Amino acid sequence: MASARHGSARRIIHPVHAVLLASSLPLFLGALLSDWAYSSTYLVQWLNFASWLIAGALIFVGAALLWAAIDFFRADLARDRATVLSILVLLTTFVLAFINALVHAKDGWATMPAGLILSVLVFVLALFATWLGFSTLRAGATR
Amino acid sequence: MILTRLAIIATGAALLAACGSDRDVVEYGSNPDLPEQQRGLLPNMTIADPAGWGDRRPVVPAGFTITPIATDLKIPRQTLVLPNGDILVTEGKGGGNTPVMRPKDLLVGYFLGKGTSSVKGGDRITLLRDVNRDGVYEQRAIFAENLNAPYGIALVGNRLYVANQDALIRFDYRPGQIRASGPPVTVTPLPAAINHHWTKSLAASPDGRSLYVGIGSNSNIGERGMAVEEGRALVLQIDAETGASRRFATGLRNPTALAIQPGIGQLWAVVNERDELGPNLVPDYLTSVRQGAFYGWPYSYWGANPDRRVRPFKENMVKRAVRPDYALGSHRAPLGLSFSAPAMGDRFANGAFIGLHGSWNREVQVGYKVVFVPFRSGRPAGAPVDFITGFQADGKTFGRPVGVTVDPRGALIVADDLSNTVWRVTRVRPPAPARTAELD
Repeated sequence: MASARHGSARRIIHPVHAVLLASSLPLFLGALLSDWAYSSTYLVQWLNFASWLIAGALIFVGAALLWAAIDFFRADLARDRATVLSILVLLTTFVLAFINALVHAKDGWATMPAGLILSVLVFVLALFATWLGFSTLRAGATR
Repeated sequence: MILTRLAIIATGAALLAACGSDRDVVEYGSNPDLPEQQRGLLPNMTIADPAGWGDRRPVVPAGFTITPIATDLKIPRQTLVLPNGDILVTEGKGGGNTPVMRPKDLLVGYFLGKGTSSVKGGDRITLLRDVNRDGVYEQRAIFAENLNAPYGIALVGNRLYVANQDALIRFDYRPGQIRASGPPVTVTPLPAAINHHWTKSLAASPDGRSLYVGIGSNSNIGERGMAVEEGRALVLQIDAETGASRRFATGLRNPTALAIQPGIGQLWAVVNERDELGPNLVPDYLTSVRQGAFYGWPYSYWGANPDRRVRPFKENMVKRAVRPDYALGSHRAPLGLSFSAPAMGDRFANGAFIGLHGSWNREVQVGYKVVFVPFRSGRPAGAPVDFITGFQADGKTFGRPVGVTVDPRGALIVADDLSNTVWRVTRVRPPAPARTAELD
């Protein structure tokens, strides 16, 4: 038993980290759909929804990024290329989503079409980041 | 030949270098430059950093002097000089109940609040009296209280009209009165839902039968949806007797002060135009208000220049939009307007004083002064002249002018809603022979 935990053991993603990572997905999807609804109906309430959904998703992505960064610098966890890639994708998601939040702070149609394009990009990136986060089983620690 | 040409080029280059980009833009007058619309990821913002006046005073032209005639007011906005020389000051702070629709609204409220006074609005009207006509207003009384963010104020005969943020109300007034004899009568309610731009400006028609009320828009450019803009961004004409109202002119984003031109009785307004299109766009303006005219908001500005941030967009409204008379420059925030009188002296006798509250949506701050727009043949003519400056120094802001009122006896009364002061500007030595000349 002890030897199974040792050395080559792989650690699965921490449940809280998993929640933080995955929670942004439905929010970004909601923002994307709201943006699409605004561009086809011109009803500004959809734009308001999108703004809040992006802000909420940013909080989750930010927390997930922080978690991943702390893991990355922990001495007892090995670092591999997959981990680096997953952090970089998550970071890009955060940066683009933040820019998207600023775009959504413009008034009315000034948000478009940049807002909708960014919402699509950010959702795809968030999906990719979540995929990587869940599939990258980190090399376990030697405790 | 070549030398002269070189000299001209060199001078031109030096002038350009000295001016900097902003001054190359003609910002005032009937034909202002309208640069391309621009908006980065973040809007340009420089919020006023308030500080006390200390020993400082606002700066007035040579031959004039300025004194504070009332301090520690509760957000003074507009003033009215009564026939007996008493001054009424409306005090209040409206809005504040605008729903937070977006994360942005939280931030904007916080930042813009930093550039204003922290005193709670008085919701009252204060009366100031100079008993012995020495320029010191030694008596102060509360004429009326428990009002709802009063702003515009006008006297017609023995009736005093006040535009609260939600209703036009009326007091009876007898000369010499220092306190209203009873509660006000509501003439008519005014649009008050959301009240993004809450100030209700007021002027009475020369015959006293109508009252004009300026009502600001409920958004910058319709980003709350056009349903909440019903009855907004316009000037109402209200029957003084019945309270019945009709739209006098529309498409005026935020008509913050109205005034009647002496002699011909024409209605004029100063209007605050839209934000977030760049530091030199869109010019705020002074205009005669033409009955039935549409001034563009939100679909266009300065006539037929479309603002496509509005959706659904209405091309036919752009075609209908008329051009205002006189640009005051972008982001100046004119909040006060008063036509001058001969007693202000030759240089300032013919024209209008305008209080510029000052900018936020601009890196280099502008406004924060009172200017005089000279008139010729009843129309604005020439560049605005600085009349009161010195509201800012060393990166600090000491005051922000709002309402301006010409006292026909020869003074300009200015409400300052940052330092909660009413200022009075008078000529230092009114030349003795001028009095008879004025009576001619």
